Amino acid sequence: MPKPKITEALDKLSSKTSIKNTIYMLSIVIFLTLILLPPVLGIIIKGGSIQEVLNQPELMSEALNSIAASFAIALFVSFIDVIVGIPMAWMITRGKSRWLNVLDTLSDIPFIVPTATLGYSLLIFWSKPGGLSSLFGAPFVSPGWLLVILLHFTFSFPVVVRTMVGALLDYKLEYEQAARTLGAAPLTADRTVTFPILKHSLIASFTLAFARSLSETGATMMVAGAFVNGPIFIKNYIGIGEEGPLVFVSFVLLAFSSLIFVTIRLLGPKLKMPVKKVWPKNERKLSSSIVASSRNSVTLLIFFIIVLIPSLFVAIPAFEAVFTGVLPEALGGLGVWGDYWQSIALSYFLGTVVTLLNVVIGLPMAIILARRKIGNGPSAVLDMLVNIPIIVPSVALGASLAIFWRENFAFVPEIWLLIFAHLSITYPYFVRSMSAAVERISLELEEAGRTLGAKPLGVFRTIIFPLTKYSMFSGAIMMFTRSVSETGATLVVSNLVTAPVLLVNWVKNGVPTATLGLGCGFLILFSFIILLVLRLVVRRRGTY
Amino acid sequence: MHYFILAQTQRGRKQIPDVRLVNVTKRFRKIVAVDGVNLHIYDKEYFSLLGPSGCGKTTMLRLVAGLVQPDEGEIFFGDRLVNDVPPEDRDIGFVFQTFALFPHMNAWDNVIYGPRVKGFDMEKADTIGHEVLEMVRLHERLDAFPNELSGGMMQRIAVARALAAGAKLLLLDEPLGQLDAKVRNELRYEIRRMVRDLDLTAIHVTHDQSEAMAISDRIAVIKKGKVLQVGTPEELYMNPKSIFVAHFIGESNFLEGYVSSISSKGAILELRGGIKVQTVNKGIKKGERMVLAIRPETFVVKKGTKKDKNTILGTIEKVTFEGTNMRYEIRLENQGLIVIVKPSMIGEWFNIGEKVTLRFPPEKAHVFAYPEVGLREEIVAE
Repeated sequence: MPKPKITEALDKLSSKTSIKNTIYMLSIVIFLTLILLPPVLGIIIKGGSIQEVLNQPELMSEALNSIAASFAIALFVSFIDVIVGIPMAWMITRGKSRWLNVLDTLSDIPFIVPTATLGYSLLIFWSKPGGLSSLFGAPFVSPGWLLVILLHFTFSFPVVVRTMVGALLDYKLEYEQAARTLGAAPLTADRTVTFPILKHSLIASFTLAFARSLSETGATMMVAGAFVNGPIFIKNYIGIGEEGPLVFVSFVLLAFSSLIFVTIRLLGPKLKMPVKKVWPKNERKLSSSIVASSRNSVTLLIFFIIVLIPSLFVAIPAFEAVFTGVLPEALGGLGVWGDYWQSIALSYFLGTVVTLLNVVIGLPMAIILARRKIGNGPSAVLDMLVNIPIIVPSVALGASLAIFWRENFAFVPEIWLLIFAHLSITYPYFVRSMSAAVERISLELEEAGRTLGAKPLGVFRTIIFPLTKYSMFSGAIMMFTRSVSETGATLVVSNLVTAPVLLVNWVKNGVPTATLGLGCGFLILFSFIILLVLRLVVRRRGTY
Repeated sequence: MHYFILAQTQRGRKQIPDVRLVNVTKRFRKIVAVDGVNLHIYDKEYFSLLGPSGCGKTTMLRLVAGLVQPDEGEIFFGDRLVNDVPPEDRDIGFVFQTFALFPHMNAWDNVIYGPRVKGFDMEKADTIGHEVLEMVRLHERLDAFPNELSGGMMQRIAVARALAAGAKLLLLDEPLGQLDAKVRNELRYEIRRMVRDLDLTAIHVTHDQSEAMAISDRIAVIKKGKVLQVGTPEELYMNPKSIFVAHFIGESNFLEGYVSSISSKGAILELRGGIKVQTVNKGIKKGERMVLAIRPETFVVKKGTKKDKNTILGTIEKVTFEGTNMRYEIRLENQGLIVIVKPSMIGEWFNIGEKVTLRFPPEKAHVFAYPEVGLREEIVAE
């Protein structure tokens, strides 16, 4: 089939070095000005207030303790995420049941639920009457560090699953089969061959989960009780009008996380996984079908009990709505429901626009990072910078975005302020998973395409894209769901009411549980259907 | 050369005296990749599965390896039913078309992966590693990673890796397909030699009939998931049982005609244009539509137009010098086109436009009933 003229023209354009360099430069400039600057500028502008903390040893010690708690929880949760997320991703990609598509989509649910609502949902499931507490007569898990761990595990779990599902779908199964024919038990083959080959994606998934846990504020506040981590510390002091703690904690979190990410970036490729030591008998036993089924069962159990049911718990009263007059009222857009449908439309519009824009501006950046287009050192620095929007505590991020956009660009229409803010927040999810996917593709394949006459854009269309489409899709899902569920920063940047903002208002205003449940239920259901349909379409499209 | 430890290791493994596929069928959704196949591969035999791309030969190999499971039928190693035995317990060595060398391991670690995961003691694993690397003559590159090796080297490492695991059964999936012609020719004999030296059984998948003919003890010709014929290279070449085999193994000229008469000496076939040729009578009946398959080198060609019994007149239309052979395309008097091949250093050469007379011994021509699907469809490779 002949190529459409527009494709041919774009292909030709892409082979011009000046055009390529312009695209790369443009993507770096857009990243620095639109994605990176807004979240950190507020912190930089208010840099002077750091003295407030430095001059008060007790405050500083309190701040450092909260930061240490943030790192401890983020490290622990990311570690557990990877341990439980990998078997889940494995089951989704290697299983044969058609229901796995549904399970795959279900694993995104905590991503879909607005963060503050997610916190509220977990709180009533674990601690409040009406949840598990009803069974035990007392809070099953009281608000505090344990509930924070459970919450962070719940919302960062999909990040790991999504990244690893993309990686496993792009993985060439022949390596694993070769290992099996050489006598390796399945576990040995996975440990010594598959995981080392997927090392970049493992690191990416850990990094994303770590960053997500480090910065989350809205949901954490709901379940923290007396426990204080970095973002809550900031929030507490913002409440009494002090900016110093915000700047100090944000700065320390940023500095330490950046250090960790640079270390991971530099040492990650050199990290040797223990592939030489093999325990044939034990690993064979651990590969048996009984162990595999048990592992799958435990994974599913953890997923349903710790991730899915608590995330959906807030929506359970929606069933009540079916038997009362709430459902017809909702469908008819009466009362509070008129605003609700408007907010839903705004959220999905925002999610779609942000996803599309980020794919366009994030792709060149993913390629720059994966192929080190601007040299090893500068690429490593960019790679670290890309994580910043998700490391900054969302409360600080919101404040910073508000300072940047509302104080300096008040003339920009509000919807654009919202789009820019969401671009910052979601950008790293796409770039991270996409650059890990491109990194896995041998440069030779690209070179082969070029030598066969394909222009750079043609190489991307016909080689890179087909080989990374699942990772690209995974990144797009993470962006879309993150944007649709974003609450904290949206609240401070704009007066426009997205669905999560509206739901938080409902929680604050104490609307009836059936209304709140149905509101959450609709949001979750729509997102679930959209994701499921997208997933089925992408999986069915085996050709390109 | 003796590969003492390696040979000893293989003797210690479970024996795989022969491999049998009994009524094996494998479907991928609506596509029947392997269709009721029966095969018996003997101990220490070098056996090739030969057929065009997409005929199901790789699926058969993967079934033997346990990488896919049959929908129907049984696979035996000796008397042991292995349908449910996972690949790691089949004691096989598998060489993939793309080599599948682990990119994060160097050549040495790739080679001793098998002994390592099978729990051999390290001293023995080291000895085996050195033996196989010596066998494939790649000792000097044991620190190299796959992306630093040439295609030929990768192929050698892939074979070495499969051998080091101490398997008795070596499965090779188009192992030479990614290599250039010269290297391919060298390596196929090397693989053959190694298999013989180690007393292995080998199943080799290829679509290259010259490769299969050069190295195999026996070949199974596969088409659309079915085994059409199994035999030694000579049997398949000299006595093809079907038009497809006659076409796929070597080269054949096909002449179509009707049986005009039958006698005790044979049958007379009347070709298009009224040309009559004699063939052997293999139970054919008068009036039947037949196809005659004649190898290019079978024809005796003489200059001139002396018409005689069993002769066809023609005109040289194209001459190609192929080094060892001369290849002529000849337009027949009935406008059919045939190809003949003659040794370039023996006998006279012909020129374009020259009139020639062709003759062939009846017993060297293979007679087949005209296929129901048509000749073109019957010989189409894919």
